[in-house]
Order: sequence, then C-alpha cells, then structure tokens
Amino acid sequence: MFDAAAAVIVLAAILVLYRAIKGPRIYDRVLAVNVIGTKTVVLLALTGFIYERPQFLDIALVYALMNFIATIAFLKYRETGGLD
Amino acid sequence: MIDFILLFFLVVCAIAAVRMKDLLSAIIILGAYSLVMAVVWTRMNAVDVAFTEASVGAGITSVLLLAALSRTQRGEDDRRRRTEDRRHDAEDTRQDMEDRRRGAEERRRKTEFSTRTKKTGISAHSLLSLIVVIVTGAVLVYGTIDMPDYGDPDAPANLHVAPRYIERSYKDTGAENFVTAVLASYRGYDTLGETTVIFTAGICVILLLRRKREQ
Repeated sequence: MFDAAAAVIVLAAILVLYRAIKGPRIYDRVLAVNVIGTKTVVLLALTGFIYERPQFLDIALVYALMNFIATIAFLKYRETGGLD
Repeated sequence: MIDFILLFFLVVCAIAAVRMKDLLSAIIILGAYSLVMAVVWTRMNAVDVAFTEASVGAGITSVLLLAALSRTQRGEDDRRRRTEDRRHDAEDTRQDMEDRRRGAEERRRKTEFSTRTKKTGISAHSLLSLIVVIVTGAVLVYGTIDMPDYGDPDAPANLHVAPRYIERSYKDTGAENFVTAVLASYRGYDTLGETTVIFTAGICVILLLRRKREQ
C-alpha cells in the first residue's frame, strides 16, 4: 500500500521534472524544483512508514525547512542580480 | 522498483544539467538532483549521508554556485550570450517579458542545433567516443557482477572489522552510535584532518567571493 503511494509520488516528481527541464522560464524551474522538494518530504515520510522508523518524520520536517533556502536564494538572485 | 525510478530520475537530471545552456537553470536542476539523491540515501538507510546531501547539496551548493554566478556571467561564453547578458542587466525590471523571450530563443537555438546536427550527421569522432564510453561502461558493469548483494551480512566488508566495532565500540569509546564512535574516536585524527581541509576550503571561498568594499 505504502509502496504504491510512494510509486505515485515518484511519478508525480517525474512529471514535475519535465517542467523543470523544459522551462522555459526561470520561475517554472524554481517552482518545479520546489515541488520536487515537497515530493521528497512526502517520500521520506512514506519511507519512514515502509521501514517502520517513525523518526524519519523528523528528517522530513528538516527537509521541508531546508527546501526553502535554495528557492529564496534563486529568487533573490533574480530580483537583485546578486546575493548581497 | 522505486529505487530504479529514482536512479533514472537522477540520470535524467544529470544529463539535463550538463546539456542546459543557461547556467542558472543548470543550478536549479542540480538542486532537484540533490533532493532526489537524498531520498536514495535515505532508502539505503544512510540517514546521516542523506542529511548532508540535502543540506550541502541542495542548500549550500546552490547558494554558493549562485554567488559565483552573480560575480561572473550567465550562459556559455560566446558573443551572442554576452550581449544578451548585457541586455538582461539593462532590462532587469521587465524580467518576466525577458524570460519569455529567452524561452523563445532557447527553443529557436534548439531547433538551430538540431538542424545543424542533422546536416552534418554523426561524425566518426563522436561515434568513436560513443564506442569507447559504452565499452568502458560495460567493463565497469562486468566488474560489479562479482560484488556481494546489497546489505549482505556475509559480505567481506561486513566481516572484517565491523563485528569488532559493533561489539567493542561502546566499551572503548562510550559512544552509543558506532558510526559516531568510528568517525570521532577510532579515526579521530583522520576526521580532524578532513575538518581542517574543509575549513581551509571555506576560508578560501569566503576570500574569493568577498566583495571588496573599498572599490
């Protein structure tokens, strides 16, 4: 059951990867990578259930927090042309 | 099965990042690569490696590459890209419009590229390279056939020193996690050296990327 759910999540990530590669705009790519990050979080939580290790949920939470760093950096670069 | 799909995902990401003409897009794709790689590590039960991959690969590396990009130029080094870069600087407010145009240009360039390759056909040089790559890959795959199964408890790597670590590490070092015991105690000097290398590299990056305020 959880395996099927994980397979569907991976499929969704592949669909988003198409948008990330195809573009054409930077915003499409940034958003796509953000969605892939969210899929990663869900996949981690599911993996925790498959392996019966609930502490994976904590890792998933930390991933969700770190997912924003790169996105914010990209958008700041886009907005100001630099990171300072 | 999911592992295979994830690995396929990684290959697609890597090829896309290499083939991308726009460096900013390549960095974004690499971020996606790191996130999926972290899942692969987690599925192999290497949670600490996965953590490092997600924080360093997806977080810090993207920021560092962006910092490098903001001090150099975006795109490959040919004249058309450079003028486009300058135009890009001038029209910073109309980002959205410009992005659309770049998308159109990308598409046009892609069709240009495909027609060009179609015209010249596959050269003997690239065919030779392909053969060399395939032969090397086949040899490498042949080399992995003899390897023990993943996670096999009777694999030589798990019979050599691992039992001793598992039995003695708590008595020897007092650390409950024996990965920590190996890294911080048994190989303490090695880890100290690694930390020194990373610290030096970090200082060098800061020195290189620091903006000179006097100028």
